[in-house]
Amino acid sequence: MSGQTLYDKIWQTHLVSGDDESALIYIDRHIIHEVTSAQAFEGLKLAGRPVWRSDSVLATPDHQVPTTDREKGKAGFVDKLALLQVSTLDDNCDEHQIAYFKLQDHRQGIVHVVGPEQGASLPGMTIVCGDSHTSTHGAFATLAQGIGTSEVEHVLATQCLQQKKCKNMRIRVEGQLQFGVTAKDLILHIIALLGTAGGTGYAIEYAGSTIQSLSMEGRLTVCNMTIEAGARSGLIAYDQVTEDYLRGCPYAPKGELWQQAVKYWRSLVSDSDAKFDKELVIRAEDIQPQVSWGTKPDQVVPVTSTVPPLTAAKDAVQRSDWQRAMQYMALSEGEAMTALKLDQVFIGSCTNGRIEDIRAVAKVVKGKQVAPSIKRAMVVPGSGLVKQQAEAEGLDKIITAAGLEWRYAGCSMCNAMNPDSLASGERCASTSNRNFEGRQGQGGRTHLVSPAMAAAAAIAGHFVDIRQVELASLGGEL
Amino acid sequence: MAAFISHQGLVAPMDRANVDTDAIMPKQYLKCIFKTGYGGWAFDDWRYLDSGDVEIDVNSRRPNPDFELNQPAYQGASILLARENFGCGSSREHAVWGIRDMGFRVIIATSFADIFYNNCFNNGILAISLTAEQIERLFGLAELGLRLTVDLDQTVIVLPDGEYMRFNIEPKRREKMLQGLDNVATTLLQREVIRIFEGQHKATHPYYFLTLR
Ligand code: SF4
Repeated sequence: MSGQTLYDKIWQTHLVSGDDESALIYIDRHIIHEVTSAQAFEGLKLAGRPVWRSDSVLATPDHQVPTTDREKGKAGFVDKLALLQVSTLDDNCDEHQIAYFKLQDHRQGIVHVVGPEQGASLPGMTIVCGDSHTSTHGAFATLAQGIGTSEVEHVLATQCLQQKKCKNMRIRVEGQLQFGVTAKDLILHIIALLGTAGGTGYAIEYAGSTIQSLSMEGRLTVCNMTIEAGARSGLIAYDQVTEDYLRGCPYAPKGELWQQAVKYWRSLVSDSDAKFDKELVIRAEDIQPQVSWGTKPDQVVPVTSTVPPLTAAKDAVQRSDWQRAMQYMALSEGEAMTALKLDQVFIGSCTNGRIEDIRAVAKVVKGKQVAPSIKRAMVVPGSGLVKQQAEAEGLDKIITAAGLEWRYAGCSMCNAMNPDSLASGERCASTSNRNFEGRQGQGGRTHLVSPAMAAAAAIAGHFVDIRQVELASLGGEL
Repeated sequence: MAAFISHQGLVAPMDRANVDTDAIMPKQYLKCIFKTGYGGWAFDDWRYLDSGDVEIDVNSRRPNPDFELNQPAYQGASILLARENFGCGSSREHAVWGIRDMGFRVIIATSFADIFYNNCFNNGILAISLTAEQIERLFGLAELGLRLTVDLDQTVIVLPDGEYMRFNIEPKRREKMLQGLDNVATTLLQREVIRIFEGQHKATHPYYFLTLR
C-alpha cells in the first residue's frame, strides 16, 4: 500500500463513521461571523437542539462592520440591518457561551485573520466556517473548508460534517520568486493555470521549495485563494515556519501539552510515497507580477501584458464569457494593463490584510504621494491586532502621510457589505480575492493584485510593474 | 424537508458559464436574518434595470427585458439549465434560497461548484450534472420551450419524445432526498458513535480541546 497524503492523514484521524463516498467527519474548530450564522442558530432553536460543543466555536463580526468611527461602537453603524445582524450574533454568542471578539474588542477582525493569529487554527485540525475562504487556515496543515448555513447548523448541532472525500492534488512550486513577485502573484498565476473549476473535487496541497520558503503570512495568502480554483481546501505541510509562528499564540497549547502537540504535528506531511490523483509543477522564476483583467479570478495576466485577444479563448463558451467580462470591465482586447486609469485602491481582506502586507505597502508609498486622480486609497488591517502592530511600527504614519486612509479592521471593500464600496463604473486596484461583477459595489470594476502592486498603482494612478519601482528600505521582504 | 421523487416542469436556459453566487444573490440581501423570501432578488443585477436593496419593493423596479429568465416563454419554469461551474465563489446559501424561492426545484448544468452543490441538496434542490454534449442538446431544445420529467427514483431525465438521459448521483444523497430526510436528525441517530469518537479523539489530541476565552 502506498503512503498517505497530508489530507488523507487528517481525514483518517477525523473519520467518525461511513466510507470515502459518504462519511461523517469530526470538526475540531468552528469559526462563525454575523452573515451566515443567524439562520443556523434559528434552526437549532426551532428544533430545540443545543450546541454540541460551544467551546469549539470562535466568533467575531467582520463582513459588515464599519471601518470608521469604531470608538462609537454600534452607534457607528449607518445600516440598521447590518446592526441587527451583528446584534443577533452578540445574542447567540451570549446565549450559547461562545468565545466572542465583539466589535470593540482589540482582537476583532476578519475570521480568517483572527483564527490564525490567535492560534485557534492548529495543525491537524478540521476547521469549518460559513465562508468559502476558510481554505486559508490550511496553511497550518489543517483540513479547513467553507460551508453553507445548513452545514453551519449541522456542525453546531452534531460537531460533525457529512462529506464525501476529496481527491488529492499536489501543486509543487520550485525555485525562487523574482524580486517584487509575492505569494499573491503566485496564487493568481496558479488560478490562471487551473481555471476557476480546475480544483473542483480536490484538496490541493501546495509543496516545493518556493512554498517552503514563504512566511506564514504568504502561505495563508496562497491557501486563501484555493477556493477561487474551485477546491474547498488547500493545505501546506507542517514545518519549522508553522511551529515558530504558533509558539506563544494565545490559544496555542502551552508547556507539556505543546510538547505533545508538536510531536504529533511533525507527522503532518505527505508520505514520500503518497499518491496524488493530479500533480502540477510550476517554476517560480516564470511568475510575473499579476493583474486580473476580467470578472473571474482566473482572468489574469502579467502586468506587462494586455487584455487577451478573443481568439485565444479555448472554446465558444469561454469566448462569450470573455466578451461579457470585457464589456463589464469596459476593456477591449489588446489593451495594456499599465494603461488602465484607476479610481480607487483597496488594500486589505483575508487575502492580504496581515502585517506583512501592510509593511509592503509602507515600503512602496514611503515619502511619496497618492496620485491626484485617485479618488480614494484605503488600507484596512485584517484585525485589530494587525492594526496595533502596524501602528507600533509606525506604518500607519507612513501610509497616511502618503495620502492613503488608515481604517479599522473588517472585510470592508472586499465585498462592500459595509459602507465602503465602489460607485458604478469606478475602477479599483484591490488586494482582495474576487473580481466578480458587482463584488465591490454594483457596476464597480475590480482588478486583483498584490499589496505592493496596489500601493504602487495608488502612487502612479495606474498599474505599474512593481519591479521598476524604487522601494524605501524598511527591512523585510515585499 | 419535502421528499423529492420526480418532478415535471418547464426549462429556463441560462447560457452562461461560471455563474457566481455574488451574481445569484448580491451582498445587500445577505443582511437578512430570515431563510425564505429571497425569490425576488435572485440574479438581481442582471434581472432589473435599476438597482435594488432590501427595503425596495421589487415590483416597483423595471425588469431587464434582455435578461434570459425574464423572457415570457420561461415564466413559471422550475428547471434551470446552465453551463459549467455553476454557483462558484462565495458559500452564501442565500444564493440557493433565492433560486428555490424563485420556483426552481432542479438545476441542470455541466458542472457545479462544491459548496453550492451541497447547499442545493440541503434545501431540497436537485442539482444534476450532465456531459457538455447533453447540455448543448438541452439548450437547443429549451429555446423552443422544453418540458422535462426529472425522475430521481430512476435517475433519469425524460425528454418529450420519450428519449431519456441517465444521470449520476451519490446513492446516500439520492436516498435522503427521496425520503426528505433532515440531515441533522439523521446524524444525531449516531449520537453515541460521535460521543465515543469524541472521547477517544480528546484522549489522543487533548490540545484540540482547550477552552477558548
Ligand atoms: S475579507 Fe472578503 S473574502 Fe475574506 S471573509 Fe471578508 S468578505 Fe470574505
